[in-house]
Amino acid sequence: MSAVTTTAAPSANLAQRGKGAFLGLLAWAVGLLFFLPVAWMVLTSFRSESDAATNPPSLTAPLTLDSYREFFGGGASPWPPLINSLTASLLSTLLVLVLALPAAYALSIRPVKAWRDVLFFFLSTKMLPIVAALLPIYLIAQNLGMLDNIWLLIILYTAMNLPIAVWMLQSFLAEVPASVIEAAQIDGARLPVILYRVIMPIAGPGIAATSLICFIFSWNEMLFARVLTGVTAQTAPVFLTSFITSQGLFLAQMCAASFAISLPVLAAGFAAQDKLVQGLSLGAVK
Amino acid sequence: MSTSPTAAPPQSSGADAGRNDSARRPAAARRASVWARRAPLLPALIFLIIMTQLPFAATLVISLFDWNSLYPDDRAFAGLANFGEVLSDADLRSSVLTTIILTTTVVLASLVLGLAIALLLDRSFRGRGIVRTLMIAPFLVVPVAAALLWKHMLFNPEYGLLNGSINWFAGLFGIDNPIQPDWISEMPLLAVQISLVWQWTPFMMLILLAGLQSRPGDVMEAARLDGAGNWQMFRYITLPHLRRYLELGGLLGSIYIVQNFDAVFIMTQGGLGTANLPFSIYQTFYQAHEYGLASAAGVLVVIGSIILATFALRVVSSLFSEEGSR
Repeated sequence: MSAVTTTAAPSANLAQRGKGAFLGLLAWAVGLLFFLPVAWMVLTSFRSESDAATNPPSLTAPLTLDSYREFFGGGASPWPPLINSLTASLLSTLLVLVLALPAAYALSIRPVKAWRDVLFFFLSTKMLPIVAALLPIYLIAQNLGMLDNIWLLIILYTAMNLPIAVWMLQSFLAEVPASVIEAAQIDGARLPVILYRVIMPIAGPGIAATSLICFIFSWNEMLFARVLTGVTAQTAPVFLTSFITSQGLFLAQMCAASFAISLPVLAAGFAAQDKLVQGLSLGAVK
Repeated sequence: MSTSPTAAPPQSSGADAGRNDSARRPAAARRASVWARRAPLLPALIFLIIMTQLPFAATLVISLFDWNSLYPDDRAFAGLANFGEVLSDADLRSSVLTTIILTTTVVLASLVLGLAIALLLDRSFRGRGIVRTLMIAPFLVVPVAAALLWKHMLFNPEYGLLNGSINWFAGLFGIDNPIQPDWISEMPLLAVQISLVWQWTPFMMLILLAGLQSRPGDVMEAARLDGAGNWQMFRYITLPHLRRYLELGGLLGSIYIVQNFDAVFIMTQGGLGTANLPFSIYQTFYQAHEYGLASAAGVLVVIGSIILATFALRVVSSLFSEEGSR
């Protein structure tokens, strides 16, 4: 880059800079265009219902908290579904970590012989479509009396996220240099100390990112939740589906509900931004 | 890049250690050590086998029965009849086609868009970090909420933002009655595709941006000095380097989009020719209560997925060993 600018004539330099500024503006325009629906959702959620549904749209209509008041205090309370979603997402993420951390350890730091094959077996289960397992799971749950029970979702979400978590954690744990562990062993450190003092500090951010991604996938899941829960174990995305065929003025409230339910994921995703790519690409992209 | 020094050494040092052990220790101790190695793996492995293989075995069994839960007494062994019915059912066959069209168009469109945006974001400009953050947002909206937003807030023919903007722009030019299409009724599949492309482009962009940023700097510099133009640089250096990232993004995207249920369920309720396989199976089971038929369709989806997965695993595996060998 620098070679070009120093050898080029001044006029070419100016053209180069003009082109650079244009491409920068273009990037901003595209970014804003992709963000527009999210921004418009937030803006609409603070409108009154009659201001939300105008054509052409209004940028200057007054802001109000009415739709949030209606959403949280109106007819069907969103709190039980939100608490169910939080319970299912947090507990399943915790279970995933309990199962996946030792497994990832046995696939990276102190690997079993066929660790690659095992790793690929984990990944292959992720490629089986959820919908094909739906009916047997429904029947089994029915026989065990587990329908409409939040624990059923916790177990299913654990199974759903386990393969990804094992892959991600394996790639994060593999980043811990073997020499550091050996040095600690030579110093006489025992396994718990090595885990806590050596491995955790290095793999900690990766473990956090893995947890966030598992949390996001559990929080977003709708098909299992819709088929297997009813009233008591209903989750937030299922609650949202009540807006599919709403009649009358409901746009502001729908935006408020969508924003409120997406907020934990948006927060978690932005927090884990840097590790998001590595996680989502199963550790193949650094 | 960084798995090579990390993933390989623990393996080799582990294998060496195992060999040394075996020379010194008696067989029983050796077996104990092998099991000590395996033990941490077993809970996750056993749990996953139970949770994934058993339901599919059950699906396979149910698919051989003529079973409608509304008529529980009529349950009977039907052999392969369900499969014949699935394959000759026009609705299910069209949902296979819809799944293929939906997946390929969404994956390709988001790959191309993602690549273009990743190229824009690879250059340094003021506020690059902010634009990157803005770009990720669509991927972080809960899928149900995203589908609802597109259905009601953007595509609604009366007050949606899309038609509202058309109206507003037309007003600027003094046009009185601009076109106000009913997007979802007139172009249902396109509407679903657009909403999915909006959600998945950020995903592709993130993977491809990581790929762009791992291009070897010295090669780029050398090519520049040799007088390579922008297009030549892109065609002969960037694109070959990105190939495996494109493959990875495409395959991971396919795995998720083949299974997509939320967008179809919410935007069109599977109507207007947008029912894909997950939706059709859901409907056969949940609304028509045809358990045998739904399971047979499920088995066929699993077979399709295995074919897809074989390719996908091969690509991931080649990525894996490529990284390991470098």
